[in-house]
Amino acid sequence: MTLWFVFALMTVAAIFAVLWPLSRRGRADSGGSEVVVYRDQLAEIDRDMAAGIIGAAEADAARIEISRRLLAAADQSGQNTPVQGSLRLRRAAALVALVGLPVIASGFYLALGSPRLGDFPLAERSKVADANQPLANLVAQVEAHLEKNPTDGRGWTVLAPVLSRLGRYDDAVRAYRNAITYAGDSADRRADLGEALMGSAGGVVTADAKAEFERAVALNGDDAKANYFLGLAAEQDGRKADAAALWQKMLAKGPSDAPWRPLVQAALVRVGGTVPDVAPGVGAPGGVSAPALPDGAVAAAKDMSEADRGAMIKGMVDRLATRLKTNGDDVEGWLRLVRAYLVMGERDKAMSALADARQAVAKDADRLRQLNEGLKNLGLDG
Amino acid sequence: MIAESGHYALVLALGLALIQSIVPIIGARWRDAALMNVARSTALAQLLFVAASFAALVTLHVTSDFSVANVYENSHSLKPLLYKITGVWGNHEGSMLLWVSILALFGGLVAAFGNNLPLSLRAHVLAVQAWVASAFYLFILITSNPFLRIANPPIEGRDLNPVLQDIGLAVHPPMLYLGYVGFSISFSFAVAALLEGRIDAAWARWVRPWTLMAWIFLTLGIAMGSYWAYYELGWGGWWFWDPVENASLMPWLAGTALLHSALVMEKRNALKVWTVLLSILTFSLSLLGTFLVRSGVLTSVHAFATDPTRGVFILLILFVFIGGSLSLYAWRAPALKQGGLFAPISREGALVLNNLLLTTACATVFIGTLYPLALEVLTGEKISVGAPFFNFTFAPLFVPLLLAVPFGPLLAWKRGDLLGAAQRLMVAGIAALVAMALVLAWTYGGATLAPLAIGLAAFVIVGALCDLAERIALFRIPLSLSLRRARGLPRATWGTAFAHAGLGIALIGIVCETTWNSEYIGSMKPDDVARVAGYELRLDGLNPRQGPNFREMIAQFTVTRDGEKVSVMTPSKRNFTTRGASTTEAALLTRGASQLYISLGDVSADGAIAVRIYHKPLVLMIWWGPVLMAFGGLLSLSDRRLRVGAPKPAKAAARALQAAE
Repeated sequence: MTLWFVFALMTVAAIFAVLWPLSRRGRADSGGSEVVVYRDQLAEIDRDMAAGIIGAAEADAARIEISRRLLAAADQSGQNTPVQGSLRLRRAAALVALVGLPVIASGFYLALGSPRLGDFPLAERSKVADANQPLANLVAQVEAHLEKNPTDGRGWTVLAPVLSRLGRYDDAVRAYRNAITYAGDSADRRADLGEALMGSAGGVVTADAKAEFERAVALNGDDAKANYFLGLAAEQDGRKADAAALWQKMLAKGPSDAPWRPLVQAALVRVGGTVPDVAPGVGAPGGVSAPALPDGAVAAAKDMSEADRGAMIKGMVDRLATRLKTNGDDVEGWLRLVRAYLVMGERDKAMSALADARQAVAKDADRLRQLNEGLKNLGLDG
Repeated sequence: MIAESGHYALVLALGLALIQSIVPIIGARWRDAALMNVARSTALAQLLFVAASFAALVTLHVTSDFSVANVYENSHSLKPLLYKITGVWGNHEGSMLLWVSILALFGGLVAAFGNNLPLSLRAHVLAVQAWVASAFYLFILITSNPFLRIANPPIEGRDLNPVLQDIGLAVHPPMLYLGYVGFSISFSFAVAALLEGRIDAAWARWVRPWTLMAWIFLTLGIAMGSYWAYYELGWGGWWFWDPVENASLMPWLAGTALLHSALVMEKRNALKVWTVLLSILTFSLSLLGTFLVRSGVLTSVHAFATDPTRGVFILLILFVFIGGSLSLYAWRAPALKQGGLFAPISREGALVLNNLLLTTACATVFIGTLYPLALEVLTGEKISVGAPFFNFTFAPLFVPLLLAVPFGPLLAWKRGDLLGAAQRLMVAGIAALVAMALVLAWTYGGATLAPLAIGLAAFVIVGALCDLAERIALFRIPLSLSLRRARGLPRATWGTAFAHAGLGIALIGIVCETTWNSEYIGSMKPDDVARVAGYELRLDGLNPRQGPNFREMIAQFTVTRDGEKVSVMTPSKRNFTTRGASTTEAALLTRGASQLYISLGDVSADGAIAVRIYHKPLVLMIWWGPVLMAFGGLLSLSDRRLRVGAPKPAKAAARALQAAE
């Protein structure tokens, strides 16, 4: 309510600025005239004469010249005195201010503004939420500590996942490598390293990342994260059958209450595989619909707060969008982006992404067809 | 609430600008004082609302409110406070808001201090100003709105481009914009004069302080930008003939021409039509600069084509204002009364020559900047027009200009005595020859053009001093009398002398830096010693350090000369994690006007670091020159008195006088 009150006050102030001069009797002499300028110039000549800067002959010539202009200006200003304006014109102007200003302002503002959103200064948010600021300080402290004791394996092990969550993937990769060197190799750490590598590649399972996942699986064949991402790698390579097979095996072997179950099931549905036996809540709302997003790193977000997860998902979508901007050939990528925007409820962005996608693949008939079919599946006409 | 109030204030400013663009014009047509006065109060209110809007955006950046898309995209909670504030205009949306804020500021200044203007002229000027403002408000609100929100605000921002995280960003863009946008006032005055169909010496008097103010800011802005590029980009270059730089140079050249032609008009009532045209052209070039920088057309014509909303909008603004004002000019200019007469050899003639050379120089920059763009649009072929083109075209234009500069102030209005002026410049000529001979002897066998250029610079500087000496009759009358005359000289005269001398000083810096610059490029390990221009620089070691939002590698150099320790220099290389980008922080050691400059490259596998060390003789004079010019401008600006040029009564039979236009 206070917001609208402030808006109303501002509008009144703006209208007042227009009405005020209209309400005053227009004084005919308000405003300077050229006559003043030329008089000033004449006085100037006298001052210069006194100072000895100008000779008498030149001063006389200048005086004549200025006087001529002065006379002409005086003539003109005699004709040009402002008349007492008509009341009708003023009323019309007042009406424009009274009606036009609020209409223009509210028209533009309602179309562009978000009056329902309050402010979110960071200081208040971190007071309420988990206090992000201390976390950053903590990270800096740990980093400083590790700077001095670079062989502290436990330190690297603690730091690495935090860096990964903060989105500092390159540093996380370094930290995981150090953790493996100084605290020992393990399937978990290899899988996490692979995930950080993916993160720095914008959600793409690169050859490096894949190698790490394979090492993790070699160490422990049942490592859920590594297996999941190997499936994702297969999917990104276009080998959907392989991906489905991998994920089906995971679901068959894994415990029935594993936290990753819904995620893998959703992924399986995405590549068109059938979910074995029990398949509760596939595509259920909430966290489960999130895996449709650009990369599987969402798994790491499962224990985040809702707001953090939202931010993380948005970050991923943004990375995907930037990647597609530089390399627009990836039809699957475009479809994922459009789908992500739809899931996040940003229909406008989905539409603009769609337009961008069309433009990007317009030269390639094959890809265009593929894109259109994909869009049909999303419920958008092709 | 701050974000939304700021947004609403911007929208209200648009509403006020629309009213300000129409009502005063109607008032002027019906000669209704009240309606004309609406311009004044709306301009002030508009300034108030835009300022509130800008303050709101600054507050949002300072409090790291990531629910605002602009803050999220360009800020970071760990950024130092100064860069949180400067980051406001370190991005497209914010810088456009700064642009309109300054536009509103100038409008407000005219409204507040324009008491001496005739009512209808002020109404017209403010209305034209409001046209420009309306167009840019619409541009901001529709295509580059800084107040758009994110419903689920992220917890951390994406940080500002590291290259911009520097004190330079705090000063350079506001200065440059004060210059760019300041020329909108001369534009508004010109269009107002065309609308009123009346223009005279008084008009020039009113428009000149505004032009001068804009010119001062633009001069400082360009110099500041050049120095910033010099120390931040790590290449030791100070001018790259980069399109963005050219975009600011073009209005400066045209604005300098305008400054001089307005002088002729003010004192002699001549060159009226030309001055109006220059006013229009100068601001058009400012708009063109805004278009080049803001539409993204420079990064790539294709980038522009894929996201054309912004570019097309600015292009539209460009067409409407440039096309509109030039059409108005073509239509109304012939109706303007012709001005006074003067002989080719006269103060007016010298100023015309100045205008010719400056506008030609401006045209060459224009061609060099836009030709590659046009070619790429038409044929898809990518060429780059670089320093050689500009050096070959610019130098031949500036040499005669510089030769003529000392003559101008010594010539009398209406009809001058070239021989007399030359005699009075004898001292300057001798000084130039001596300087040339000294430099030649000192650098025997070296560059041949450089001594000539230094001689030219000496001629300009001593010539400016000659003018002063002449006016106070130095050595011809007792010294005390001369001093009293010096105090009595109008400040504008001092301003002219300073500005002209500044040209010469900048020229010395440019010539010395480009000719006798010495460098060392190589990789160094700790305890290696590099020798440059008589200095020995020993790399003591490399140390990592954690900054607020970056990590840096600092190299420490001990500088010695002839075995004596001079100083310690610490260049560094910074890594910004959020954007994954790095910057080099060059270390500068100032010795007189010369500088030692170290910038770091990458560390190689064996622990050696690539370094570039430059010794730049007299490099600082490049920037002292413009600062001196701006100071001269400031002196002129403070000279409120205005004199009409005093013509010498013709003694001999009237020679053929030439019309001004």
